[in-house]
Amino acid sequence: MHPAFSVILFTVISGAGYGLFILLAAFHLAGIGPAMSHGELLAHGAVSLGMITLGLMLSTGHLANKKNAWRSFMRFKTSWLSREAVFAVLFYPFAGIYGLGVLLQGAAIGPLPALAGVIAAVLAVITLFSTGMIYGCLKTIRQWNTALTPANYIMLGIATGTTLFAAIATVFGNATAMHAGVAMVALVAAAVLKAIYYFWISRVNGPTINTATTFNRATVRLLDTGHTAGTFLTDEFGYDPRKDTIDNVKMGVFLLGFVAPVLVFASILSGAPAGIAWLAAVSSLIGIGMERWLFFAEAKHVVRLYHGAQTCTNSLAEPARGRTSVAPVTDPTDARRWELGDTPGGSGS
Amino acid sequence: MRLGLVIDMDTCVGCHACAVACKQWNTSGTTGALTDYRPYGEDPSGVWFNRVRHYEVGDYPNNKTVNIPMSCMHCQYADCVNVCPTGASYKRPEDGIVLVDQDKCMGCNYCAWACPYGARELDREDGVMKKCTLCVDRIYDEALPPEERQPACVITCPAHARFFGDFDDDNSEVSRLVRERGGVKQMPELGYKPVNTYLPPRITRPIPIDDVRANRLVSSVKDWVNKMVAR
Ligand code: SF4
Ligand code: SF4
Repeated sequence: MHPAFSVILFTVISGAGYGLFILLAAFHLAGIGPAMSHGELLAHGAVSLGMITLGLMLSTGHLANKKNAWRSFMRFKTSWLSREAVFAVLFYPFAGIYGLGVLLQGAAIGPLPALAGVIAAVLAVITLFSTGMIYGCLKTIRQWNTALTPANYIMLGIATGTTLFAAIATVFGNATAMHAGVAMVALVAAAVLKAIYYFWISRVNGPTINTATTFNRATVRLLDTGHTAGTFLTDEFGYDPRKDTIDNVKMGVFLLGFVAPVLVFASILSGAPAGIAWLAAVSSLIGIGMERWLFFAEAKHVVRLYHGAQTCTNSLAEPARGRTSVAPVTDPTDARRWELGDTPGGSGS
Repeated sequence: MRLGLVIDMDTCVGCHACAVACKQWNTSGTTGALTDYRPYGEDPSGVWFNRVRHYEVGDYPNNKTVNIPMSCMHCQYADCVNVCPTGASYKRPEDGIVLVDQDKCMGCNYCAWACPYGARELDREDGVMKKCTLCVDRIYDEALPPEERQPACVITCPAHARFFGDFDDDNSEVSRLVRERGGVKQMPELGYKPVNTYLPPRITRPIPIDDVRANRLVSSVKDWVNKMVAR
């Protein structure tokens, strides 16, 4: 899948915003951790709402027809995208009541704003879940069609939220070992979940060129895609990063997204100044940005089977394994690859 | 009613006439124009509802070229419709045709992601999703003579490889063909229940290839004469 920059920014930024809000509500309302000052509460809230709003605005970036974006609330009954939009907007009034309570009453808010805060936090989790389900529900993309997808969206949102939460707390001199500890636990849990996901998609299977073309008892090879240049389909689904690019980015995901932030918090716990928590926050956001790129880049839509891919995992450039060799495809959009005299697969052996 | 197409992979010669007829009809039809990008440039591209792809099936010497035209299958379980957040994509209950209301579409591409068959293409000029309408503006047009109330691709196919009809009617030509020729569906395991059905190539006697240059006396003499006589 072609990674859309606006979608990467949206899911990472608003994901972290929702995570931060969940953390704020948990610490404040459940009374976990040290008491937060009025200013700190407001800072957490403002940053999280700001990030969520920025993300939602960015999310319209990939729409070809932005003036109809408001219609995306119309299909709550069947569409996860619609559900995400509805929950994302529903979050605001509750977060607003909670925020107003904090603004007017400080940390000791009444039961009504507190209840609104709890509901907003639950809606934040549901929104993250819906975002994940937008991808998780697609049967056409086997790499996404798993419960691990929404689980990852929730966990990564919370993990980036915890790093931000710890970082903002340092500004108010309120960072405690608890902040660092919670962040480390969330990061490790997210890393484990992500590792499980990577392990899972390395062995995903599904339709093949055989079931796609209906010829289930023979080898099938693409001769010609039937078009002379790229199409909407090859642009959208033909994205084919090299294996070593994927491996390098995956390394970045773990190093920047999880290992570096955990090390930062570990050093805070062993005496380093709490302010370096900002490093962890920035590093985890960059790492999760890479994770999101990979999430798209590694996903392979089944329509690629019609463009020469043999299975729903292999790349367009890979010849069919264990079969008569096929002319290697160097550029998936180049339909002229099957030139005369250059057809090793055509003469058989 | 469950309207759809039957495509005969045995007789399809891969001439792309259906795709061109589709482009012509629909670019001036209800969903048109089907924008062309860089039509005279290096890599001309554009929106098509129907694309013909060519495959080699089987291994030499028992291989065969099969041409597979593909457009919207008007799936019975159309996930493209379910995922659409705006309600722009819909499936008509009366005849099963899947359409896009271009006044509602916001161009998010989500339906194209949900379609396994690559049937949807975004028109980057108009910013809306476009797809095969099964020529809904032809098949119900009472001003046309009855034999012309068919999708443009079906009418134009010179190999007569395409058929249009109601799959719910057991006596229709499409139902009969599916029954008699053992019609098959693409990627049935995804559960979309595509209506369009493909007819597999008929089993035929293999064309002998080993006697093409048989070393018979006549051919040897012919070869010799051809070599000797200067023309
Ligand atoms: S072929 Fe694709 S666009 Fe057509 S109904 Fe099926 S899923 Fe939808
Ligand atoms: S591109 Fe248009 S038709 Fe397709 S899902 Fe989005 S709004 Fe619906």
